[in-house]
Amino acid sequence: MLAFVLTLVLLLSIVIVLAYAERKVAAFMQDRMGPTEAGPHGSLQAVLDVLKLLQKEDIVPAAADKKLFKLAPILIFAAVFAGFAVIPFTPDLVPAGIGIGVFYLLAIISLDVVGLLMAGWGSNNKYAMLGAMRSVAQIVSYEIPAGLAILAAVMVCQSLDFQEISYQQGALINQFPGLEHEINWLFGIEALGINTTTIGGITTWNIFRAPILMVAFVIYFIASLAESNRAPFDIPEAESELVAGFHVEYSGFRFAMLFLAEYSMMVLVSLVAVILFLGSWNTPLPNIGPFSLAYWTTGTVGELSSILWGGFWLLSKTFVLLFLQLQIRWTYPRLRVDQLMHLCWKVLTPIALGVVLIAGIWRLLMI
Amino acid sequence: MLFYIFAALAIVSGAYMVLTRNLLYAGFSLLITLLSVAGIYVLLFADFIAVTQLMVYVGGVLVLILFGIMLSCRVHDKSVLSENVNTVWGALVAGLIVVGLSYSILKANISSLPWLQPTEITVLGDQKSTVQTIGIKLMTDFVLPFEIASLLLLIALMGAAYIATDRQKV
Repeated sequence: MLAFVLTLVLLLSIVIVLAYAERKVAAFMQDRMGPTEAGPHGSLQAVLDVLKLLQKEDIVPAAADKKLFKLAPILIFAAVFAGFAVIPFTPDLVPAGIGIGVFYLLAIISLDVVGLLMAGWGSNNKYAMLGAMRSVAQIVSYEIPAGLAILAAVMVCQSLDFQEISYQQGALINQFPGLEHEINWLFGIEALGINTTTIGGITTWNIFRAPILMVAFVIYFIASLAESNRAPFDIPEAESELVAGFHVEYSGFRFAMLFLAEYSMMVLVSLVAVILFLGSWNTPLPNIGPFSLAYWTTGTVGELSSILWGGFWLLSKTFVLLFLQLQIRWTYPRLRVDQLMHLCWKVLTPIALGVVLIAGIWRLLMI
Repeated sequence: MLFYIFAALAIVSGAYMVLTRNLLYAGFSLLITLLSVAGIYVLLFADFIAVTQLMVYVGGVLVLILFGIMLSCRVHDKSVLSENVNTVWGALVAGLIVVGLSYSILKANISSLPWLQPTEITVLGDQKSTVQTIGIKLMTDFVLPFEIASLLLLIALMGAAYIATDRQKV
């Protein structure tokens, strides 16, 4: 229960920062000022936006399917929020450390799709329906390259447990029960003979443990943009064609829920990318000779220092990825539907299949 | 306690799915049924099966069903409702199944079955989940059914691609 409240509070604060960052980044990219009035540099703008949304009337269209219309935002947010249950935030802080966390996360996100269909249908609106259809088709298609990229990481790590994967990518690898005798080699090639187990830092991140995962990371990042309906894959809510997509009829608190779910999805996919590929809560600084930077910037497991350092590294890496998402949104034009499907099925999926094969071979080099 | 909640949810939503005349509501109540069955799987220490159920049925089959209903729902400007056909035969078959099942369950004398006797709480032992065991079993004892299933899926995939091809160019 405490984990539930803590995660929710953390998520809400991240989303508010993100909503503010989105406007400021957009303004920066377009050489504007962005919000400047509320608070210093407009920093209270996002908070005020939320307050404004909560005060608005909750309109349910007369012709809508009222039960489905009302239920949909709750289901969408619940599905995304349930995904946070398996995310390890620090070395010893994870809401639910189940052994098949990665698989669970992939499955629970597909619940989101049902919620989208519910919202699109319940609104009884052509634009909402079309938006929901496009959104679902896109999410279902892009789950395949994303799933294959994740599979490549899972094959290298030999685990479906997010926390175990996290421990593997740092100097603390031997402190996880079951991994006491694991050894990390540079680039995962034992033949090179460079033992990085105690060096840690960036050398043991998954994208360096098995450099093929760099490709998997890029594939996952592109696919995750599509899964969270971000530009350049935002055809489900293409403003110029569909008004606003599946949430066109929503207002007030229910719209706030959908908005929150969308931004939570962005945070969730970035967190997963960081945990699977970019070293999770591990520090990027390696131990170099007498300067054990990795240990200094990790803290002792079980004490406050490790919670603070772990949280700091995880969140700062996540924010870098989120910034990249915002930057891409304001840089690239929207893809057409056929281009979108072409990219997914004819470009990303074959490459991802190849990456899975190479990752399997790479794993053989690591032992 | 949790089991009874999930079981009741599964039965109520299943009954609603059968009895409602609105196809779309039936689809959404199938969602609740599948979720509660997944919950029961978790209570039975079958975590992998539970998540696979979510992945395959909720993420795949159910979405496909809903898509089908939504695309074909408003034919000739009136929504499609499910109708009762074959009432007599349906009732007969269902009744026979109920009788057969209850007969075999009552006959089975479940409490004396040998594999239920050792009442260990820790079913999983040292393992964190059932994935390792399932993986090893699939690649050793059950490799033939596994490969046949994958072949079947490949054939289905090719068939779907063939049906969907635009044949005007040929």
